Amino acid sequence: MARKPEKKKKVVETTGHEWDGITELNNPMPRWWLWTFYLTIIWGIGYVIAYPAWPLINGATPGLLGYSSRAEVAADIAAVNAENAPLNNRIVSLDLAAIAGDDEVGAYAVSAGGAVFRTFCIQCHGAGAAGVEGFYPNLRDDDWLWGGDIDAIYTTISHGIRADEDDDTRLSEMPVFGDDYLSHEEIDQAAQFVLSLSGRATDAALVAEGAVVFEDNCSSCHGEDGTGDISVGAPNLADALWLYGGDLETVTETITNSRGGVMPAWSTVGRLNEAQLRQVAVYVHELGGGE
Amino acid sequence: MSTETPEVAQKLYATREPVFPKRVKGKFRQLKWWLMIFTLGVYYITPWIRWDRGPNMPDQAVLIDMAGRRFFMFWIEIWPHEFYFVAGLLIMAGLGLFLFTSALGRVWCGYACPQTVWVDLYVQVERWVEGDRNARIRLLNAKWDARKWRLRLTKWSAWLLIAVATGGAWVFYFADAPTLLVELLTGQAAFVAYAFIASLTATTFIFGGFMQEQICTYMCPWPRIQAAMMDEDTMTVSYRDWRGEPRAKLKESTADPSLGDCIDCNACVAVCPVGIDIREGQQLECITCALCIDACDEMMVKVGRPTGLIAYLTANDEPLERAGHPPRNLWKHLIRFRTIMYATLWAAVGVGLLVALFVRPDIEVNVSPIRNPVFVALSDGTIRNDYDLRILNKHGEERPFHITITSAATDADIGVQLQGIEGVIVLAPADDTYSQRVYLVAGPGDPAGSRNRTEVRIWIEDMTSGDRAFVDTIFNGKAP
Repeated sequence: MARKPEKKKKVVETTGHEWDGITELNNPMPRWWLWTFYLTIIWGIGYVIAYPAWPLINGATPGLLGYSSRAEVAADIAAVNAENAPLNNRIVSLDLAAIAGDDEVGAYAVSAGGAVFRTFCIQCHGAGAAGVEGFYPNLRDDDWLWGGDIDAIYTTISHGIRADEDDDTRLSEMPVFGDDYLSHEEIDQAAQFVLSLSGRATDAALVAEGAVVFEDNCSSCHGEDGTGDISVGAPNLADALWLYGGDLETVTETITNSRGGVMPAWSTVGRLNEAQLRQVAVYVHELGGGE
Repeated sequence: MSTETPEVAQKLYATREPVFPKRVKGKFRQLKWWLMIFTLGVYYITPWIRWDRGPNMPDQAVLIDMAGRRFFMFWIEIWPHEFYFVAGLLIMAGLGLFLFTSALGRVWCGYACPQTVWVDLYVQVERWVEGDRNARIRLLNAKWDARKWRLRLTKWSAWLLIAVATGGAWVFYFADAPTLLVELLTGQAAFVAYAFIASLTATTFIFGGFMQEQICTYMCPWPRIQAAMMDEDTMTVSYRDWRGEPRAKLKESTADPSLGDCIDCNACVAVCPVGIDIREGQQLECITCALCIDACDEMMVKVGRPTGLIAYLTANDEPLERAGHPPRNLWKHLIRFRTIMYATLWAAVGVGLLVALFVRPDIEVNVSPIRNPVFVALSDGTIRNDYDLRILNKHGEERPFHITITSAATDADIGVQLQGIEGVIVLAPADDTYSQRVYLVAGPGDPAGSRNRTEVRIWIEDMTSGDRAFVDTIFNGKAP
């Protein structure tokens, strides 16, 4: 296509710089560019007035709109809480045992409890709630130190175990039998007897003597048959599960030095409210070991 | 770079040259009218077809249910994990385009592309309102008086109505059409429905009314891709310049037999919807709508010369016809190795999809083993594994399913327990996925409990029909 030749040839001023015959032209900025530039300046002034902008010693100028990202997050959280309030109120008003099966809040309670669990519980009990052998109990199995029905789980979570800050905490203390109570021989005998409860004793003679030691020193908490007592958090010694390990060496060490785990009282430290306590209790109860 | 070069400012874009396609009659125009009625009819009517699927299911024949993640098409229902059907259809669409392009060039562009169909409709509306080509050119150059405003506003309103109907029809594919129509009219429909209608209205109005052939020439990648698929045997709209040239007006041309058949009447240019002159040869703007064939044939009949001065030809025809051979048979162009290959591939994918459609099961089962922890030891020495079982019940009614397991390991005796349910029977809701936590337990002393891996197969049985499905997984024991 033929182009029309330009009528007037513009003479463009140069900056006077020249390299190898190439001169630097001093063309003006395009008008649209200039106007955009002025607009950004005007907009910038408006922004400084309206929004937090100038840094001061303790913060920044607040701006006329009073905007704060922290307040925005707080408002978002408040909105979510307000939205969930009817569900939480219903959870608080229901019987603990009725929550999981409730059509309205059952699924919500389990998933909200899962969120609470992932925030506050997995540090010890693990993301899969399987605990850590030697330290923290597995919450998926059917072996419960302080009881595995929903009310017992709720009480344990609320008041903790051996938690100083809560007067209603679950409290018991196994004696340190190695500290003058029992001789080394008696401890060996008792350990063999404990192993015999799950059919793993290695020395029948020691077991017979250990039965007497156990009867005198251990049965008040663990029961004469060694099946334990959830009211004092005494574990069942006749089953296949051992929190701290069930071999002879570990059992001997346990009798000698005693054991006793601790858990925070989640209602008194002010972290979990009533609805959250109930949610996480339901979640733990639904993990597969709840009674 | 000499200093004498005139400094001509290079424009950043070319302003659009308005195109005023003239009305034309002929067999291709007729075909295009029917295709327009057919394609627009399919588009507008499809969402309103009803299809009875039973009480719990939608009764819309074609429905893309995004919220429920289901795609319904008459008797076919596609779940998200069966999306390969859609992928297969896309592959078929691709191969179909290859086939048609290698055989007939840009036939998709010329006849079936929505852009072409809607522009054709818009131009026809423009013709009804403002008159044919010459009247429209006069109107373009006329002053903005009352008449011009009236005509322009009438045309724009009609275009806008079509655009709204186009955008409006789209959303009916995604929800129950009669319900949605009422909601739309009463202002209760979801915002996204209005947003889609608005944006599709805007694109239809702008693309169909104002950008027209610019979309094809500048925006669409398909013409460029198509060029790679055409070869010497591809039929495309061409001008027989060896017959037409040298062109001359009718009087001179009749007087001098040495002149060509083209009477330079410009009919082919006047009807062209993309504003090109086909006599200049193949051009990238040409969408092969074949309207110039109709226009030229009409003129040739009028002046008593043979038709086909502009016709569907292939690149191979030119040297042969120049050498005096008669036009080749159409089928020799169409049936050749490439087209047969494309057609075979296309049919193979189609047959594969059909087979897959008929053999796919009505029930399916998936399993996610809970691997944190990999197993749970219970107080009596039982080893338990936890699984999330998902039962896909594609029937339109709630059905009971019986869950059992088998294992290739004959020494193991693994049991099934369900969380929160006594027994091993669950009720899976209609046309939905049902999730159930399942416990597999190996009793004290069971060999499966004391080795790392035992392969197990979880079965579900539809107790209504007796259909069975299984999924394989692993039972993890507590290795000593």
